[in-house]
Amino acid sequence: MYFRRIENLSGVLPAFEPTAFTRRTFLKLTTLAGTGLTLGAVLPACSSGGSSSGTSGAGAEPLVTPFVRIAPDNTVTVIVKHLEAGQGVWTGLAAVVAEELDAAWSQIRAENAPAQVPQYGNLAFDPKGSVQGTGGSTAMSNSWDQLRQAGATARAMLVAAAAEQWNVPAAEIQVQDGVLSHASGKRATFGELASAAARQPVPTNVTLKDPSQFTLIGRDKLPRLDSHAKSTGRQQFAIDVMLPGMMTAVVARPPRFGGKVQSFDATAAKAVPGVVDVVQIPRGVAVVARDTWSARKGRDALKVTWDESTAEQRGTPELMAEYKRLARQSDALTALKRGDVAAGFRRAAKVIEAEFGLPYLAHAPMEPLTAVCRLDADRCEIWAGAQFHTVDQANAAQAVGLKPEQVSIHTVAAGGTFGRRATPDSDYISEVASIAKATGGKYPVRLIWTREDDITGGRYRPLSYHRIRAALSRDGKVIAYEQRLVGQSLIAGTPFEAMMMKDGIDPAAVEGNAAEQYDIPNALVTWTNPKVGVPVLWWRSVGHTHTAFSKEIVIDELAEAAGKDPVEFRLAMLEHHPRLAGVLKLAAEKAEWGKLPGSGNGRGRGVAVQESFGSAVAQVVDVTVKDDRVTVDRVVCAVDCGIAVTPDVVRAQMESGIGYGLAAALHGKITLTEGRVDQTNFHQYEVLRIHEMPRHIEVHIAPSTNPPTGVGEPGTPPIAPAVANAIRAAATGIKVRKLPFDLAEARKA
Amino acid sequence: MALTLSVNGQPRELDVDPQMPLLWALRDHLQLTGTKFGCGMALCGACTVHVDGQPTRSCVTPVSAVQGKNITTIEGLATPAGKALQNAWVELNVPQCGYCQSGQIMSAAALLADNPRPSDEEIDAAMSGNICRCATYARIRAAIHQAADTLPVAVTKG
Ligand code: FES
Ligand code: FES
Repeated sequence: MYFRRIENLSGVLPAFEPTAFTRRTFLKLTTLAGTGLTLGAVLPACSSGGSSSGTSGAGAEPLVTPFVRIAPDNTVTVIVKHLEAGQGVWTGLAAVVAEELDAAWSQIRAENAPAQVPQYGNLAFDPKGSVQGTGGSTAMSNSWDQLRQAGATARAMLVAAAAEQWNVPAAEIQVQDGVLSHASGKRATFGELASAAARQPVPTNVTLKDPSQFTLIGRDKLPRLDSHAKSTGRQQFAIDVMLPGMMTAVVARPPRFGGKVQSFDATAAKAVPGVVDVVQIPRGVAVVARDTWSARKGRDALKVTWDESTAEQRGTPELMAEYKRLARQSDALTALKRGDVAAGFRRAAKVIEAEFGLPYLAHAPMEPLTAVCRLDADRCEIWAGAQFHTVDQANAAQAVGLKPEQVSIHTVAAGGTFGRRATPDSDYISEVASIAKATGGKYPVRLIWTREDDITGGRYRPLSYHRIRAALSRDGKVIAYEQRLVGQSLIAGTPFEAMMMKDGIDPAAVEGNAAEQYDIPNALVTWTNPKVGVPVLWWRSVGHTHTAFSKEIVIDELAEAAGKDPVEFRLAMLEHHPRLAGVLKLAAEKAEWGKLPGSGNGRGRGVAVQESFGSAVAQVVDVTVKDDRVTVDRVVCAVDCGIAVTPDVVRAQMESGIGYGLAAALHGKITLTEGRVDQTNFHQYEVLRIHEMPRHIEVHIAPSTNPPTGVGEPGTPPIAPAVANAIRAAATGIKVRKLPFDLAEARKA
Repeated sequence: MALTLSVNGQPRELDVDPQMPLLWALRDHLQLTGTKFGCGMALCGACTVHVDGQPTRSCVTPVSAVQGKNITTIEGLATPAGKALQNAWVELNVPQCGYCQSGQIMSAAALLADNPRPSDEEIDAAMSGNICRCATYARIRAAIHQAADTLPVAVTKG
C-alpha cells in the first residue's frame, strides 16, 4: 500500500484522547529526551487481541511502557501498533524490542496496540504520529528506531533495579536471554525484577547496540509468534469474534457503482426464520439475523429497487477504448520530465513502441471483510482487522454520531489485506457502525461480506493503459523514453487529496516508472486521470504493479534490439541505483544467468527488477511454454531490504509477493459489462493454486547494514514482467502486452 | 429443527434449519471457529472438515446430511498425521495471515491418511482445492513432506 508523508491532517482526523482503557495498572512515563519518543500517555495494562499473555503475579506489578510490558510471570509482551495480516509484524517488531532488551525469544509475546495517536501513529505517514495505520510496507522501517529505543529503555530500567537491589554498579551487570547477572553470583529473571524496574526513573539516554552485537535480529529461523495459533485454528480473526447477544448482518449493495437505494420491500426477508431486522444504511440495506446463514437467506429474499441514475454504466471494453484514446491526447499532466526527449528521439537509431492494458484486480484477501460493532449511548467499540485505525475511528464516529475519541478499536489479526482493509472511507467499518446505529445499539452486530460481496464490491487495483516509446542510440543505449499512463487516481476525491497530490499528480499512479528507476537521460512521463465511477484502491505494491510490468518488458525488448544481454543492458543503466544493481547481480549469479539448459523450444529465462517501498528486488524466472500455456518452473529472487530483521519472514514475504503477482499474471481480472462486475467468486476470479506455484523458489537476501525497508509489497512487481520476458525468451515470438497472459491471443497480435 | 451432530467425538444438540451448511452450524452455533469461511461455494477449501475421515467442504454440506456421521474439525484433529502436520507447519513457519491454514491442514491430514508418502504431484493434486492468498504453497508442500517423513509408512496399503 502506498503512502507519502502527510504533513498536516488537522481537520481531517481526530485528536485522540485515551479515555476508555482499563486502568488496572499503568505507569506514567516522561518524554525520552533526544529521541522524540513520547512515553507520556496512560497505557492499558491489558489491551485487546493479539497473542497476549496475562499479567498475573501475586501483588506484583509489571513494568509497563508504551511498547513493552514485562510481567512478574516473566513474559515480555511487545505492543504492536501495526496490523498483523500475515506479513509478520508481530514477530518482526517483537524481535526488535527483544534484541535491545536481551530477552529470550521464548518469553516474547505480541499484543495489538489500541487505536491511539500520536502514541501509536505511523511515523512514515507523519513524523508527529497523527495517523495510525499500516501500509506502504512501512511497519518495520517506521518502528525501527522507536522500538530499539523502547527495548533499550526497558532494559536499562531492569538493570537499574538489579543494581539497586544487589548494590553493585549498573555497568557490571550482564543481561542475556532474559536473565540479569553479576560476577558476584547474583542472578534474576526479568519477571523477578519487573516490579522493581517499574519504580525506576525512565532513563533519558540509552545506548543502542551496535549491529554486530545482534543475536535475535538476523537470526535465520526465528519462530514466528503466531505459527502455533495459526496451525491449530486458534487464531482469532474478526469473523471469529463472538459477543453475548451478537447478531450477524449482511448488506445488499447496489449492483452498479454509484447506485443508491430507491426503495425496498423487507416483507419476505423478515419472514425468513432467524432474521431480526432489516434496516437501510447509507450504502445499502442491511439484513440482520441470528446467524450468518439466516442473514444470507434473508438478503436473498429482500427486494430492493435501486436508483442508478448516477451509477457508472460503462463496461471495461468501453473504458479500455477510452483509455487508449486518452493515451493519445496531448493534454495529459506531466509527472516527470528530464532532458530533451524530442532531441533524444531525433538522434535515435531505433525506436520501440508498445502499448499495454492492465485490468482491474480485486485484492480478495482470504478472510472476507468483517467487523463487529457494539454501540452504547456514549461509546462505540469496533473489532476488526483494522489497517487504518485513526481513519477508521473517525469514520465510525461519524457513522454513529459520536466523537472519534468515543470510538475504540480492538484490532485483531486480519486474514490477509493486501491493501484492502485500508480505505479512506473505511467502507466495511463504516457499514457495521451504521448498522449498529440503525438498530439502536440493541445488540452487538457483526457484519460479514460474502465472497461475492468482496469480488463485486469495488476498491480494485485501477485499470490502466500505458503507451510507451523508447529510443536507442547507435551504440545501443536508451537515449529517450516516453511513457504515457492512463489510470484512475487512488487519492483524488478522498480526504487525502489535498495532502498527498502534488501539482495535480497522484504519485501512486505514476510511481515506479522507467525514468525513476533507470538512468535515462531524456524522459517524459505523463498521466491522465480518467473520470470513472468504479472505486479503486491501493493493491499490493500499488503503482508498481503496473509500471514495473510495462517498463521491464520494454527494457528487455530494447536490450534485444540493441543486441545486448538483458542483465548487462540493465546494469549499464543502474549506475545511480546501486541497490537495484546489487540485487540484479546477486540474482543473476545465484540463478547462473545465461545457462538455462534446453533454452528455446518452449523453455525460457527472463529477468525483471523493481525498487519499491525502499527495497530493491530482482527475479530471474524459468518457464516452460507448451500449447500456449505457461508454467513457471523456477524463481530466483534477490532482495535488498536493509537489515533483514527476521530473514525467514523476509523470504516468506518474497515467496508470497511472487505468488500474489503470479496469480494476477496468470488469472487476475475484474471486468464489467454495462457497469456490472462479471466475476462473483473464485470460479470466475481465479487465483493461484498450489499446482501453479513454482516448484523451485529461492530467495537471497543482500547483506546490508542499512536500516530496514519494506518487504510486504516489493516481491510482487517484478514477477509478471520477468515471466513475460521468459516467455519471449522461450522463442515463442510472443510479446506480452496484456495481463492476465493470453498467449494464444498475443501470438495473433 | 432439533438435530444432533457428532463433532470431535462429542454429541452436540442444534436447533437450526436442516439446510444450514455445516460451516455455519459449527461457527455460529457451536462456537467452533477454527473452520473458516472463504467462498461458500466449495471453491477455496477454507471450510474443510473431516466427515467420517473424508475431507469435506462444510460450506456446501447441509447439517441434515451429516447427522450420525463423525465430524472432525481442526479443534479436534488428533491423528498422528494431524499432529505431525501441525508440528511441521510451526517448524517451517508456514502460516502468514493463517486464515486458510485450518483448511490446508485438514486437507493435508486426509491426504496423509490415504497416502503416507505423497510426491509433489500428489500433494498438488490433493491440495489444489485449498486456496492460500498469501501463497504459502511452497512451504505447505515442504511441510507435508516433512510431516510425512516423521510418520511410519502404513503397511496395509494395497
Ligand atoms: S468456504 Fe467452503 S470451500 Fe470455500
Ligand atoms: S496464510 Fe493467508 S491465506 Fe493462507
